[in-house]
Amino acid sequence: MKLLVCVSKTPDTTTKIAFTGDNTALDTQGVQYIMNPYDEWYALVRALELKEAAGGTVTIINVGAASNDTVIRKGLAIGADDAIRVDAEGGSAYFVAKQIAEQAKAGGYDMVFFGKETIDYNGSQIGSMVAEMLDMPFVSYATKMDVSGNTATISRDIEGGQEVVELSTPFALSAAKGLAEQRIPNMRGIMMAKRKPLNVVPAVAVDEKVSIVSYALPPAKSDCRYIDAESMDELVELLHSEAKVI
Amino acid sequence: MVLIYASSPEGQLKKTAFEAVTYGYKVAQSLGAEAVALTIGNVDNAGVLGQYGASKVINVPAGGFDSGVYANIIAQAAEKTGANVVVMADDSTGKSLLGRVAVRMDAGSVSGVKSLPDTANGFSVEKNVFSGKAIASYNISSANKVVSVTGNTFPPEVVGADVAVEDGGITAPESRITVKEVSTVKGTVPLPEAELVVSAGRGVKDPGNWGIIEELADILGATTACSRPVADVGWRPHHEHVGQTGVAIRPNLYIAIGISGAIQHLAGVNQSKTIVVINKDPEAPFFKAADYGIVGDLFEVVPRLTEAIKKHKG
Ligand SMILES: Cc1cc2nc3c(=O)[nH]c(=O)nc-3n(C[C@H](O)[C@H](O)[C@H](O)COP(=O)(O)OP(=O)(O)OC[C@H]3O[C@@H](n4cnc5c(N)ncnc54)[C@H](O)[C@@H]3O)c2cc1C
Repeated sequence: MKLLVCVSKTPDTTTKIAFTGDNTALDTQGVQYIMNPYDEWYALVRALELKEAAGGTVTIINVGAASNDTVIRKGLAIGADDAIRVDAEGGSAYFVAKQIAEQAKAGGYDMVFFGKETIDYNGSQIGSMVAEMLDMPFVSYATKMDVSGNTATISRDIEGGQEVVELSTPFALSAAKGLAEQRIPNMRGIMMAKRKPLNVVPAVAVDEKVSIVSYALPPAKSDCRYIDAESMDELVELLHSEAKVI
Repeated sequence: MVLIYASSPEGQLKKTAFEAVTYGYKVAQSLGAEAVALTIGNVDNAGVLGQYGASKVINVPAGGFDSGVYANIIAQAAEKTGANVVVMADDSTGKSLLGRVAVRMDAGSVSGVKSLPDTANGFSVEKNVFSGKAIASYNISSANKVVSVTGNTFPPEVVGADVAVEDGGITAPESRITVKEVSTVKGTVPLPEAELVVSAGRGVKDPGNWGIIEELADILGATTACSRPVADVGWRPHHEHVGQTGVAIRPNLYIAIGISGAIQHLAGVNQSKTIVVINKDPEAPFFKAADYGIVGDLFEVVPRLTEAIKKHKG
């Protein structure tokens, strides 16, 4: 099977967020970047497991600048066979989706993996856009996938439960917790990754339809009001008449 | 024209759908346009969407959820009604559909919006980014626009009466996905829709101790949630796990019991309107995010709180 895993680079979860340029851009000073956890822990690892079980190749793709190569090399160290980087400074979800679709079309993949969302813009849109561009079925928030031949049975998160679906390749899916277990790259993987192909390709032009105009920080939270552990009647009264939530 | 896709899990229209229609109706008003609602599949009482501002409801028969099929239907409905704005909920169906619909309609799209569009110059909407650590203002410049609305942000408002349900003359394309099984918890409000949430973490120490948590939730009519380690070791079901890697929620009241308040946990709950933290460690980071804090042993405080609520409901 030919498997494609889309990975993105995001600020680490504990990053302190600040802006520059009159609140029009993220202040990248001191920001630590990581591979988006859903892409790394769940999407990539499940793809590698499928390859290990039934043969095939795992290609990772990233849309971004040369500074993203460290994240891509990590994906190769975890076990992907090769990588594509579409050389671009980034853009909207639609821009990124268009680049991925362009490469995926040429590659003829059986499955295209995404993370359920990126932890920076929390958009959750690229997978469904690429699926539409490639005219593939798409299953979001997959928590379990069994594959037999070219048929997959996938459980996915829905409100308050799970849905189980069955479909045939080719298709696209987005990965959530449960789909696989995180793998830490070992020394051998890291060494091998240096020699694996990382193909840099130019971006296709896209007419942007969406742009971020400005950022703001959320309003500061007022200080915590402490209530004596003996005075739960007082808490209930406050929740009722002050917070008005019960 | 504004078209609102109202999702109907297991054939039921719920608060999420009413919120989306309320939002769509308000957008339509600001554009001086009409709001039309669309439902897909067998839906009980779809005409009720008229109460939230839909001037008519189109229902299109289709099988189980398949984002390709549903996006095709939504785009067809938009074309037939001449809608250039499509609204849906940012729920599990919305997350699978938004991008597809945008591509089909050649539209700019923003997911999880939390403001009405500012149409003074262009069309801009706000959305939380960096897991609630910032808010971004997005401008959509294309003629067609698609947005999904964050839950528990625009309370449903009744502005009219039931309307007729039409079939719209739309046929669903063939599906490539077979839905084998849908299993959801019965008898409680699913977490993403819950207004009151009682959540507990490793501080509860043993799955056998969850009785006091459930009792508190019962008396409040709240849904239960948990921190990630608690779901990881199987003390609580996976769907109760909230936070960055779990479900993101924004209830009116979030009571956190024996949870330290790690940044990844906060990422999924920091949008809650009121946060109560019960923790025996006065230095627990969660207190920084709390509106009300109780420093104490949960095994004493929680039963006391349950009693106090009983008395209040009295
Ligand atoms: C990338 C990443 C993603 C993650 N995603 C998530 C996520 O989605 N959700 C999530 O929850 N976590 C997530 N985590 C884990 C997170 O960092 C914390 O480890 C986790 O939230 C801690 O869970 P806890 O608060 O239940 O346990 P602990 O941190 O062990 O805290 C237990 C708390 O209970 C208190 N306590 C103990 N006994 C009592 C008592 N008798 N009475 C009162 N209080 C008591 C303690 O003082 C302590 O504050 C993630 C971590 C990473 C690295």
